[in-house]
Amino acid sequence: MTVLLKVEDLHIFYDSIEALKGISLEVNEGEIVTVLGANGAGKSTLLRAISGLLPIHSGTIQLRGEGLNNVQAYEIVIKGISHAPEGRKVFSTLTVEENLNLGAYIRRKDIKAVSEAKERVFSLFPILKSRRSQLSGTLSGGEQQMLTMGRGLMSTPRILLLDEPSLGLAPLLVKQIFQIIREINDQGISILLVEQNARKALSIADRGYVLETGNITISGLASDLKSNQKVQEAYLGGAALKKRK
Amino acid sequence: MRIFLEQMINGLTIGSFYALIALGYSMVYGVMKLINFAHGDLFALGSYLGFSLLVWGSAYVTSHVGLAGGMIAAMLIAAIGIGMAGIIVERIAYRPIYPAGRLPAVVSALGVSIFLQNAIMVAWGPRYQAYPVNVVPTVRFEIGGIHITLLQIIILILSFILLALLYYIIQKTTFGAAIRASALDRDTAALMGININTVIFFIFALGPALGGTAGVMVGMYYRQISFTMGWNYGLKAFTATILGGIGNIPGAMVGGLLLGIFEMLGSAYISTAYKDVFVFLILILVLIFRPRGLLGEKVAEKV
Repeated sequence: MTVLLKVEDLHIFYDSIEALKGISLEVNEGEIVTVLGANGAGKSTLLRAISGLLPIHSGTIQLRGEGLNNVQAYEIVIKGISHAPEGRKVFSTLTVEENLNLGAYIRRKDIKAVSEAKERVFSLFPILKSRRSQLSGTLSGGEQQMLTMGRGLMSTPRILLLDEPSLGLAPLLVKQIFQIIREINDQGISILLVEQNARKALSIADRGYVLETGNITISGLASDLKSNQKVQEAYLGGAALKKRK
Repeated sequence: MRIFLEQMINGLTIGSFYALIALGYSMVYGVMKLINFAHGDLFALGSYLGFSLLVWGSAYVTSHVGLAGGMIAAMLIAAIGIGMAGIIVERIAYRPIYPAGRLPAVVSALGVSIFLQNAIMVAWGPRYQAYPVNVVPTVRFEIGGIHITLLQIIILILSFILLALLYYIIQKTTFGAAIRASALDRDTAALMGININTVIFFIFALGPALGGTAGVMVGMYYRQISFTMGWNYGLKAFTATILGGIGNIPGAMVGGLLLGIFEMLGSAYISTAYKDVFVFLILILVLIFRPRGLLGEKVAEKV
């Protein structure tokens, strides 16, 4: 298996506060890797650093061996990393279709490729097709989440960074979103998934990391993490689980 | 009725000046959250640039390209020159100061405004300057008893073309969507691969370029220009921006045209002496009753 994304000893500061204290992780070609952690553990910080939105204090980020430390955020997406940010950051006063077109901004001149990418997104998220000329701010929370993910796919990335895709969604929608993440992965796109919903994340991931206050404390295969006692207690509601047994 | 319609035409004419200038305020505010107080003076600089081109170049112009060609050339050169001036102002006076926050940038903008006003005074002198008389032949048409001059027709058509072109770029192209996206959320726009510096370059070139063109139009329309004109027009165009909803491109156009009409109807039916009062009364009323403007978005609460 070849390593696609490699983060080594990454330190990130917000002013004088160290948000990431030497993180190392890898995503192999074709994998779904999840990063679990509580609020404020540094999960979003990690993704924002990979996408070039935060200055790197020390450490390295590489995509297929190519260093990304000094690459601007708007160039990172050209390299093949796409980031669907948390909080359904759709461009609310733009239509659904305009949002999707911006997802393919880096090859906006290739009209055919853009419309093909759009059709692929519409086949994953049919609801977006029927809402294409609606302002994205008027979509429901679930639809906005789908738009954020669909927009992230428009650049046909090698790896998609997903930040809390299940946040605030109804259980049925959460199930659907995770199903779609798997479908996206089946199309050959690697996924780095940041989640609080550990149970769901581990059910689709190949491997996982646990992030606690800026450090990675546990890592391993998803199946091992599921049975890891610490993970169970902290993220899977372990105590309740034991009682039921 | 005849007076009403004639005043409507007059209002639309000066309204299109306001609209063209207002676009520069609105675009810059939308993306940078900065009120570019130097914009009015860039407009004045455009007016003076057009003046010099028409005066100094008049011999060449009349013999080679004709007056109509000279008019187009003056507008084009003013647009390009002021567009470049806009970029230079951004580089020198705003870019180094962004990290310090929004308020210092506004103060810097006021500084540039004072600088430009004085630079114009030094370069062209403190007295009024007069545009040449014969740039556009003074032809009057009468349609159903309503008088309209050839110059007004030219200004209205040209402004309409420019406004339509800008509307198309901002609202219908992917690059326009990128500009609107950068205004909404710069970080997420960067995740799409949008280079914010390209967007900033574009808005600081195009806004002042439209303002400079309006400057030449105002010079031809009123013929008299002064180094302080940027303040007056700038403030009115800024009012138009607020009226339409700041940061909103169609809003700036509608706001400009409406403001011109209000001003003309007010001075025709109430009093010419109070025409500026009507304009700023509107500013006050909008700020009190509808601060987001006619077409503006509801300002989302920041959590």
